[in-house]
Amino acid sequence: MNFLSLFVLIPLLMMVGLALSKGMKQIRWVAVVGSSIQLLLAISLVFLYLQERASGNTAEMLFTASSMWYAPLNIHYAVGVDGVSVAMLLLSAIIVFAGVFASWKISPLPKEFFLWLILLSIGVFGFFISIDLFTMFMFYEVALIPMYLLIGVWGSGNKNYSAMKLTLMLMGGSAFLLVGILGIYFHSSADGHFTMNILEIAKNHAIPMSAQYLFFPLTFVGFGVLGAMFPFHTWSPDGHASAPTAVSMLHAGVLMKLGGYGCFRVAIYLMPEAANELAWIFLILTGISVVYGAFSACVQKDLKYINAYSSVSHCGLVLFAILMLNTTAMTGAVLQMLSHGLMTALFFALIGMIYGRTHTRDIREMGGLMKIMPFLSVCYVIAGFASLGLPGLSGFIAEMTVFVGSFQHTDTFHRVFTIVACTSIVITAVYILRVVGKLLYGPVQNEAHRQLTDASWFERLSAITLIAAVAGLGMMPSWVSDMISQSINTIIERL
Amino acid sequence: MDYSNFLLMRGELSLIVVIVLLFFYDTFGSKKSQKLFSVTACVLLAAQTIFNIIPSVPDSSFAGMYQISPIISIVKTILNIGTLLVFIQSVAWTKLEHVVVRRGEFYILTLMTLLGMYLMISSGNFLLFFVGLETASLPIATLVAMEKFRHDSYEAAAKYVFIAVFSSALMLLGLSYVYGVTGTLYFEDIAARIGDTPLAMVGLVFFLAGMGFKISLVPFHLWTADVYEGAPTQVTSYLSVISKGAAVFALALVLFKVFPAVESVWQPILYGLIIATITIGNLFAIRQKNLKRFLAFSSISQAGYIMLGIIAGSAAGMGSLVYYVLVYIFSNLAAFGVISAIENKTDRVSMDDYNGLYRTNPKLSLAMMLAMFSLAGIPPFAGFFSKFFIFAAAAEQGFYILVLIALINTIISLYYYLLVVKAMFIHQDDCVIPSFQSSGALRLSISVCVLGIVLLGIISVIYTQIYQVSFGVFGL
Repeated sequence: MNFLSLFVLIPLLMMVGLALSKGMKQIRWVAVVGSSIQLLLAISLVFLYLQERASGNTAEMLFTASSMWYAPLNIHYAVGVDGVSVAMLLLSAIIVFAGVFASWKISPLPKEFFLWLILLSIGVFGFFISIDLFTMFMFYEVALIPMYLLIGVWGSGNKNYSAMKLTLMLMGGSAFLLVGILGIYFHSSADGHFTMNILEIAKNHAIPMSAQYLFFPLTFVGFGVLGAMFPFHTWSPDGHASAPTAVSMLHAGVLMKLGGYGCFRVAIYLMPEAANELAWIFLILTGISVVYGAFSACVQKDLKYINAYSSVSHCGLVLFAILMLNTTAMTGAVLQMLSHGLMTALFFALIGMIYGRTHTRDIREMGGLMKIMPFLSVCYVIAGFASLGLPGLSGFIAEMTVFVGSFQHTDTFHRVFTIVACTSIVITAVYILRVVGKLLYGPVQNEAHRQLTDASWFERLSAITLIAAVAGLGMMPSWVSDMISQSINTIIERL
Repeated sequence: MDYSNFLLMRGELSLIVVIVLLFFYDTFGSKKSQKLFSVTACVLLAAQTIFNIIPSVPDSSFAGMYQISPIISIVKTILNIGTLLVFIQSVAWTKLEHVVVRRGEFYILTLMTLLGMYLMISSGNFLLFFVGLETASLPIATLVAMEKFRHDSYEAAAKYVFIAVFSSALMLLGLSYVYGVTGTLYFEDIAARIGDTPLAMVGLVFFLAGMGFKISLVPFHLWTADVYEGAPTQVTSYLSVISKGAAVFALALVLFKVFPAVESVWQPILYGLIIATITIGNLFAIRQKNLKRFLAFSSISQAGYIMLGIIAGSAAGMGSLVYYVLVYIFSNLAAFGVISAIENKTDRVSMDDYNGLYRTNPKLSLAMMLAMFSLAGIPPFAGFFSKFFIFAAAAEQGFYILVLIALINTIISLYYYLLVVKAMFIHQDDCVIPSFQSSGALRLSISVCVLGIVLLGIISVIYTQIYQVSFGVFGL
């Protein structure tokens, strides 16, 4: 039994526990215990990983294990982690933990809600530990389908439309992805012994250039849809706006990272030659995402839409940085994934809490919340500062690294696009400060709001966990970035 | 006379024994003892399945007229399992007042069509193939007309008869051309002699068209929705899974055994048929409100996916095809099980009637949802695996574009499968179907199907076994 399989096994046990539990109390108990164990597991994985590296283990992936599943297609249940996946696992565990507390009072059907939420997390965790294309793809789809019901049943606003749109668009992405995966598989080896194992495919290095030209775009677009790449980002604002709080958190915080992670783990790592040749096309598209998302966020009036568009912009930056194809930028990309994951989760959690009190997300109908709910407002300001890249918080580290890495390219094309993408920092400041000013300061818009209470203990716990992580990443980025860049190097060497 | 020839046919012979026993029971059994008729039929069929469960070694008898191989045995077992599930589902239905007088016919005729399918897939000669095909299709017309006092049922049966006869005639015409070109009806001899002469190709096309009607490929699908809607739900489920599965498998065997030399001719034809079948089936399914019609169109598009295994023309394709049919049987029968449970209770089959079903009947809704997810190909359910393997088989032969088109179609299909899920879980309704307890047999059958949906994919040994024996078809 491999240590990493626990990441899938514990949520499975949680689901069994949830199915058996009766009453809100037991459901919460199971969810809290399970997600805490998961968080502890992720933290101990980080230490184990660092220990292993410190003791001189330079293998590409650690804690690998593999057992045959479907022999005819050489499909294994294969797991393993490198620095990037360890970081992503930690991120996922933190957000699931915070998400459980953010949905403390979910209704109706709390049991079903947690069951679907945990199923979603199985998909996420399984995706990050897999090193077999098939299992990776399977977990990817496992993570997608619960979204439909989570948004459809517990969502708000135009939820039917959003849920269907999101599901169909993401599944559409996975259709491209599947063709890409099949193409990679049937070219994975020169001698006819095809393999699904990512490490073996990379070692064989046998995919011919003609096939790479065909399958790199398919794979990249497939994952890019989930990474909200322009013009496939339209599911994201609607989906996030309609989803219930914990689902928005998990989706923007973790699920969109699946896209970025897949782009470089599968598309770029396995087809480096095509990545070099074709990166410019996607660089343009993601450059548009970055700026377009930011501009769109400026004119939104719904709090969730603002953050959804800001996610499009920030996730676009992740893909943008990955496509720069150098160590610094890619390290920045992973840092940006972590940073964006944490702060967006924080944002959506806070928005959920505010919405739960005011029953509106329209910024024109709220104001002066700082006087009414100081705790939530201060948290919101912190999240905002992280988002616009204040030093000391995670956003600064990530964006700094990304742009430094991008500027290492000396040709005009990359320079121009880097500068264009840089402008998003300014625009981000515009929409963040606009909301902070309108929502938190100024006169109280609605007198009825004066009766509202500040955060309760479970909401505080959820927010504080995320703020601690955001600040931790901002103050002490070195241990994460070292871990990441070490692993990124092995990918860069292949380019 | 050499009786050892008959030993190979033990599957068919044991099935005939079952039929005859049931016939005597139906004719001479006292009215009181007939209460156990359904149970007896299920038990006998189960016994017959177990009796034949060990795959036979490849062999042929009657000078090549009858052939058997491990993959053929496995397909027969799969068809048996499907029929058994249909029988279990039908127990409650056959107790209804207007059906009970025809209960014997239902079981006996169904088993006769099963016998026809056995002969069809085991044949090594077009004569036996045709006899099997007719045995498999004509009794179905009677089954469709089972509820003959219902106008729909009657009309559906008439349509089915016309289509069955018409398609048989087409196929016979094609076969006569093939006979004219090659001078033989034995599969091996035809395979050796056939070339891509125009006459032989006309024969091939007519044959494909005839089979197209049976499998309801587009553009030969027009009868499907009406017949599926009009027939009693139990018969519809039998038609949509067992009958279709057997026909697809027979087509695959004939194409691989008889026409491998002209692969370059039938592959492009199938290519077009597959795209048309998947796309049209999907597009029409979107608009359906009646769940039986809905599943009719969904089954048309599923047939298109199954055909991907044929166009691959490889051992992997064959293995994936058989596995796909197996998974499809479980998924579709789960859906039909839920539909008939609700139909038996409330007589409602429209999608709108399912609004808010989860609040009142959570277990049935969950079963239906799993069936829909499996049909749409959502992991970790079996449908995902079967779709993946069949796509992989097609991709292996370089049909990447076709696979992409099929995959984009799965998005459309996901849309309409989700409509059912949406109705049950998300929509609310004032006149929601009240909570009820469905009959024990139905619950058993739905549970078995759900178990199959969950386990068939995760347990890899089933596909691996099927894959290994499917090499036998290609003599590798």
